[in-house]
Amino acid sequence: MAFAAFATTTSEAEQVPRRKSPVALLLLLPGILYLVLFFLTPLVSLLLTSFQAPSEFGDIGQYTYAFRWENYVQVVTDYLPHILRSFGFALIATVLALVFSYPLAYFIGVTARRWPLAQSLMLVLVIAPFFISFLLRTLAWKQILSDESFIITSLKAVALMAPDAHFTGTPAAVIFGLTYNFIPFMTLPLYTTLERLDLRYLEAASDLYAHPVEVFRKVTIPLSMPGIVAGTLLTFIPAAGDYVNASRDFLGGPDSQMIGNVIEANFLVLQNYPAAAALSIILMSVILIIVSIYVKRAGTEELL
Amino acid sequence: MKPRPLPADPMIQQLIRQAQRAQLGRRTLLTGAGAGAAALALAACSTGGAAKPKAAADKSAAEKSIRWDNWALYIDVDDAGNYPTLDAFTKKTGIKVKYTEAVDDNNTYYGKVKDQLALGRDIGADTVCLTDWMVGRLIRFGYTQELDHANIPNLANLQPSLKDVGFDKGRKMSVPWQGGFAGICWNKEKLPNGIASVEELWDPKLKGRIGVLSEMRDTMGLIMLDAGVDISGDWGDDEFNAAIDVLKKQVSDGQVRNIKGNSYKEDLINEDTLAAIVWSGDIVQLNAENGDKWDFVVPEKGGTLWNDNFVVPIGSTHKKNVEELINYYYDPAVAAEVAAYVNYITPVVGAKEAAMAIDPELANNQLIFPDDATLAKAHVFRTLTGAEEQKYDAAFQSILLGS
Repeated sequence: MAFAAFATTTSEAEQVPRRKSPVALLLLLPGILYLVLFFLTPLVSLLLTSFQAPSEFGDIGQYTYAFRWENYVQVVTDYLPHILRSFGFALIATVLALVFSYPLAYFIGVTARRWPLAQSLMLVLVIAPFFISFLLRTLAWKQILSDESFIITSLKAVALMAPDAHFTGTPAAVIFGLTYNFIPFMTLPLYTTLERLDLRYLEAASDLYAHPVEVFRKVTIPLSMPGIVAGTLLTFIPAAGDYVNASRDFLGGPDSQMIGNVIEANFLVLQNYPAAAALSIILMSVILIIVSIYVKRAGTEELL
Repeated sequence: MKPRPLPADPMIQQLIRQAQRAQLGRRTLLTGAGAGAAALALAACSTGGAAKPKAAADKSAAEKSIRWDNWALYIDVDDAGNYPTLDAFTKKTGIKVKYTEAVDDNNTYYGKVKDQLALGRDIGADTVCLTDWMVGRLIRFGYTQELDHANIPNLANLQPSLKDVGFDKGRKMSVPWQGGFAGICWNKEKLPNGIASVEELWDPKLKGRIGVLSEMRDTMGLIMLDAGVDISGDWGDDEFNAAIDVLKKQVSDGQVRNIKGNSYKEDLINEDTLAAIVWSGDIVQLNAENGDKWDFVVPEKGGTLWNDNFVVPIGSTHKKNVEELINYYYDPAVAAEVAAYVNYITPVVGAKEAAMAIDPELANNQLIFPDDATLAKAHVFRTLTGAEEQKYDAAFQSILLGS
């Protein structure tokens, strides 16, 4: 849909032949089959499951196909705090990731242009965390930030933390984990747009007596908008559905569970498949709505 | 609707047209939905009704093999990664065993195999060891095969207290593999005075440093026992809800730091938690690997006792081989050999005497070979009906999810 607007800025749509060729359709077939089998079918199945009703005299985990739309009302009343919390956490993590990533990407993509070797090296450093499973990295943070760790005891020693306070298992730890894990997804798209930033525009702006802050606000940011949009989407969407950071086995606690954890508990422990499916559909729809509003506002119009 | 005029820049015009063309038309959407529904109709054919599946025909005589799914670190292993007792079994009977550490959680394992079980198909294992309540569910649903006790003469060595359990009268469908206690453990260095009861876990001085298990029957069992409820006996919603209120308060007050499954050990090691409700066998192992730092006790008011049990899934074609395997592990000498490695409680009578010969210190470990006084303090959580299980699980999960 609207994504195409910034995904293929350089393609020459006008030159695409208009006639439908059978070869093109044939080439598309594997892709279409793939989508039908592995996206559309599970999606329809999920939708039907979300309307299932418990079987009569059924035991745990036994449901029959029905049109029980009350499932949706039920999960929203039961889990509204988790839904709001998920999007709140994702939003905070996205903003934090943007704040950390923008200067970093600017430095790598603009300031370091003079030293190509250093530039590549820094890019490798940004990607380097991917060499290790993110589960392991998250677990490592859990150890680093544990109560008796150097960091936490030091913070307590200088009275930046209350003596009986702790970090792991709190909402702050979950937001920290989300921000940390998604920073590369923010940095890389920002880097690709900033790397192509034409510095002559900035010079022209200062020649016209624009204050550096004005130059940044009115020239640099608008020019790097595609990177910001792509980066925030790549961070916000997976962060809202993430269930690893908030898992009680990782950085979360009972008061920081996100919607992904609720879905997991309903699916695996409670065998309440309709509730899990309804929550998944809600998560998907809300993300789709938020993202399309965002792309429409930031992506297609302000970009032009 | 009047379209807005396009900007003058040709490149941008092109972009906008491209974006407009890409918009999803109503017809495309309907076509897509139709294709999806058709594909689903195919998928739906495979889900059977609620009828109980039939046991598969036994091919044990022709195929001398067993596939056994079990939990991690739950059998003797030598340095080369072989399983000495299993190798001896193969030598003795000619039955080859493919042993897989495929179970790391009752619920996730069940999630993986439940659809095949419902259809009576093979789940890729001829036997699997699961915890009492999950075995109870499998039996209730008719997902297990009845064992022929004539093929398991050594079953006479089964602990008398485990012979008749609520979920499997007469042990027709299941046989215990290993068991353990849930009790209280504390960090000896930080809490030299120790912890004797669940009540002491709620001491304000330990705020935020307490852990409890995400296994509903163990955590709730200990809290109910602390309130004086006989968890094996006849209790109902009132007793359960009173315990739920206790846990809810401790969690929302921040007294309980976290509610975890197997990973609670990390919290004990990094001292996020100083005392916790835990499983006995883990503490033996934890002390062996991380310095002798923790103590474990079954509280005076009672701890829970659970077992993991062999079952033969409905689709298995090697039931008789499995019966032979069970018979082999109910030989006290073999049971002692396993117990020496896994640190859990063996259900085999006579294993303690056999262990005495291997290692007297081991035989006197209360957590591996408990005496009658310890066993008297351990209680089995009563079997729940399907409806109770759903209700109580939901109440417990809502605390885990903080709602």
